[in-house]
Amino acid sequence: MTTTTTAPTATTVLDASGVTMRFGGLTAVRDVNLTVNTGEIVGLIGPNGAGKTTFFNCLTGLYVPTEGKVAYKGTVLPPKPHLVTQAGIARTFQNIRLFANMTVLENVLVGRHTRTKEGLWSALLRLPGFKKAEEESRARAMELLEFTGLAAKADHLARNLPYGEQRKLEIARALASEPGLLLLDEPTAGMNPQETRAAEELIFAIRDQGIAVLVIEHDIRFIMNLCDRVAVLVQGEKIVEGPAEVVQADERVIAAYLGTPFEGEPGTAEAAEVEAAEADAQSTTEGDDK
Amino acid sequence: MTTETPMDKTTDTTKVSTAPATPIIPLPHTAARALTVAGSALALAGTFLAWTWTDEFPGKLTITGYPGGLQVLTLVGSVLTLLFALSGYGIRGLGWLTPGGKNSPVLLAALGVFGTTGYAMGAISYELGGLVNLEPGAWVSGIGALVAVIGALGLPVDQPYDAADPTPNLWGRIRHSLTAPEPGRAKDLPSWAEILIIAAGFGVGLYVFAYGIGTEYSELFIGFLIITGFGFTAVTRAGLLKRLSALTAKHRNVAMAAAFVAAICFPFTQTNDQFALIGANILIFATVALGLNVVVGLAGLLDLGYVAFLGVGAYAAALVSGSPQSSIGVEFPFWAAVLTGAAASLIFGVVIGAPTLRLRGDYLAIVTLGFGEIFRITMNNLNGNSGPDVTNGSNGIPNIPDLEIFGFNLGLPHNVLGTELTRSGNYYLLMLLCTAIVVLVFRRSAESRIGRAWVAIREDETAATAMGINGFRLKLLAFALGAALAGLAGTVQAHVSYSVTPEQYQFAGSVPPNSAFLLAAVILGGMGTISGPLIGAALLYLIPAKLQFMAEYQLLLFGVALMLLMRFRPEGLVADRRKQLEFHETGQLDVPEDKPLPEGATGVAKAGA
Repeated sequence: MTTTTTAPTATTVLDASGVTMRFGGLTAVRDVNLTVNTGEIVGLIGPNGAGKTTFFNCLTGLYVPTEGKVAYKGTVLPPKPHLVTQAGIARTFQNIRLFANMTVLENVLVGRHTRTKEGLWSALLRLPGFKKAEEESRARAMELLEFTGLAAKADHLARNLPYGEQRKLEIARALASEPGLLLLDEPTAGMNPQETRAAEELIFAIRDQGIAVLVIEHDIRFIMNLCDRVAVLVQGEKIVEGPAEVVQADERVIAAYLGTPFEGEPGTAEAAEVEAAEADAQSTTEGDDK
Repeated sequence: MTTETPMDKTTDTTKVSTAPATPIIPLPHTAARALTVAGSALALAGTFLAWTWTDEFPGKLTITGYPGGLQVLTLVGSVLTLLFALSGYGIRGLGWLTPGGKNSPVLLAALGVFGTTGYAMGAISYELGGLVNLEPGAWVSGIGALVAVIGALGLPVDQPYDAADPTPNLWGRIRHSLTAPEPGRAKDLPSWAEILIIAAGFGVGLYVFAYGIGTEYSELFIGFLIITGFGFTAVTRAGLLKRLSALTAKHRNVAMAAAFVAAICFPFTQTNDQFALIGANILIFATVALGLNVVVGLAGLLDLGYVAFLGVGAYAAALVSGSPQSSIGVEFPFWAAVLTGAAASLIFGVVIGAPTLRLRGDYLAIVTLGFGEIFRITMNNLNGNSGPDVTNGSNGIPNIPDLEIFGFNLGLPHNVLGTELTRSGNYYLLMLLCTAIVVLVFRRSAESRIGRAWVAIREDETAATAMGINGFRLKLLAFALGAALAGLAGTVQAHVSYSVTPEQYQFAGSVPPNSAFLLAAVILGGMGTISGPLIGAALLYLIPAKLQFMAEYQLLLFGVALMLLMRFRPEGLVADRRKQLEFHETGQLDVPEDKPLPEGATGVAKAGA
């Protein structure tokens, strides 16, 4: 519905080139190149253990890539998570990592850390700028909570939120750092279809604010609805990149997810036989019910 | 494909209703209450009679018509029981006493009276050699207290049993009968009345505290501990504490001021210099514990060598104090000495923190423990033999002169408003100023961007750095701030104790403050709170100081107490909301009420359209 084709003139937000990550003898990510342009939603898919999250960690400075470099809007990023966030890349985590014992509002306020400057002296002496900065931060945080639909729960502890809202709060917290690029690591994991739908809306809304989004996901339907471009990572290597439909039809992707047909593949006759047996079994169970 | 059969559907619904609770002793309601009232009145009457025949047992228990010593404690406890029990009758004007639980406070207060009286009777019989030494008055009070407990056990229970366990066993029932529901919202009083209530609350607190410090023999102190322990729990169960804390939360600055004023009043209530010295030492201990709370409670850095920072401050102050044994031999005015001490500690904190804060968790704890010991050993070795002569080694720096601030010599007694203020009283007030500064620093830093970042690092350091927080820098800041606060307290400590020796700054020792006790004060009191470490430090200082007969078993008892606390109240005596939730999965019970949704604020729909 809202897939916009990226204009060729769009500026590059993220440019990862030749990113390789080795853990001892294991190469988790091998020579991956990926660009994300402004106003784009890019999907990153792949089977479990393909190295998607490792690649994310390389982008955000949690890991120092063995080779390659990551540039944000033309400047190469230092491999320090807080500097990456300061530069304008925010992320969420696959296994939710909220500050569980802080309130919802406080969580978002922590996200504002890089965009505020009030230091210890300012806090201790309550210098003139302190109150104003605090109020501005709070106002901005409340705005974001309203944006994600959590405003009514601002005073709850993060740990008391239901699962879906914890995911939303992670996104709100990431947005609080005013990023130019948002990295989402499986934002719909464990969600029901309605929640997934809502998450989709939320991501479009974020994109409409001019924030580029790079999203890891397993839910193929979600990815197909959402993404302008999809990259597929298999065993640490990027095998395909392109529009969703192209990727979906690509043989190598199907092979990676479902495996290649082996020799002596069951023919149509066998398939029919299985179907007949299933139908039979079903009718017996239905008979039992009555 | 199998469809769900009707038989699969479960018909039993989970029990939503809770089982009604029955009293431990089945008695008619009126009889139980009458027994309680009669029993506590009897215990009250007994305190006016003689409890023993000889003055060998301390506390003037031999005089009829005038309660003394342990009798006073029984008296206060019985009055409390009577008031709570009468409030249960619905007598007008007493209803405010029990906004929460109606009957569990009665039981707790009755148990307190029984405990104190029973302890007194036991102590008299034990020390004087036999039950014959008890005069009838003791029996009157003892039997009265027992009757009151029996009556209170027959009172209806305040809340139904948990749905999870509708038929608890006897122990569960006894424990349950001590619980009470939370009080509802209080109606608003005029603000002057609320402020008056806060003042009265702190006044009572000060009186109880001063009484505890002023107890002159250990029997009285143990009785005091029993009655305050039960009495405090009773007041909590009655919901009064909740009411008071709601008021203090509403008038925070007034409450702070009231607490401060109550603390200022303390030395004027003490005529004995020794007790004022205990007060000053408690304040030193408490202030350092509060500084440690920045490091442990806020930033979550387990520091086992924290007392070294106190030592650095104290040594720095001692060196510039003008003591004849100081190797520097200069005499700074007090303000400069304070700055020197705090700055020396700060630098020491940064020097230690910079390499160690790259470690996390247990590793950090062990390394800080090591640095704490290194400090002490270094001070020992800077004696002219094994190193340059700076600190006189194990002799330390003695003869530190008394401070003189604006011509006011803190070493001499002064007459203020008709009351004698002793040397320790002077230092107590000076130390109180330091405590106030540390409280202010703690509160302001906790409620700022920096404080939030510390808490975030404590909660999840990886997520915090991913949110743009420079983890190392902020941890170093917490470490340095904590060190500077301890150094500040150290400068005063050097003058209070006349001399500074390495042995004062151990990891674990018999006299607080030492690193183990500091950490215990923070954890016992409640991490991340202001009042927690203050209360924890007061208890940890007072109990060993008052119960010197059990000095040999002090650490053993201390360990037992800590274990019991961790079992039954892991969040500490004063819990902040976070910790309470963290340790007790009461979960949703604490959720604030949902605010009504703002018009059309369905989040995404609005923003995404």
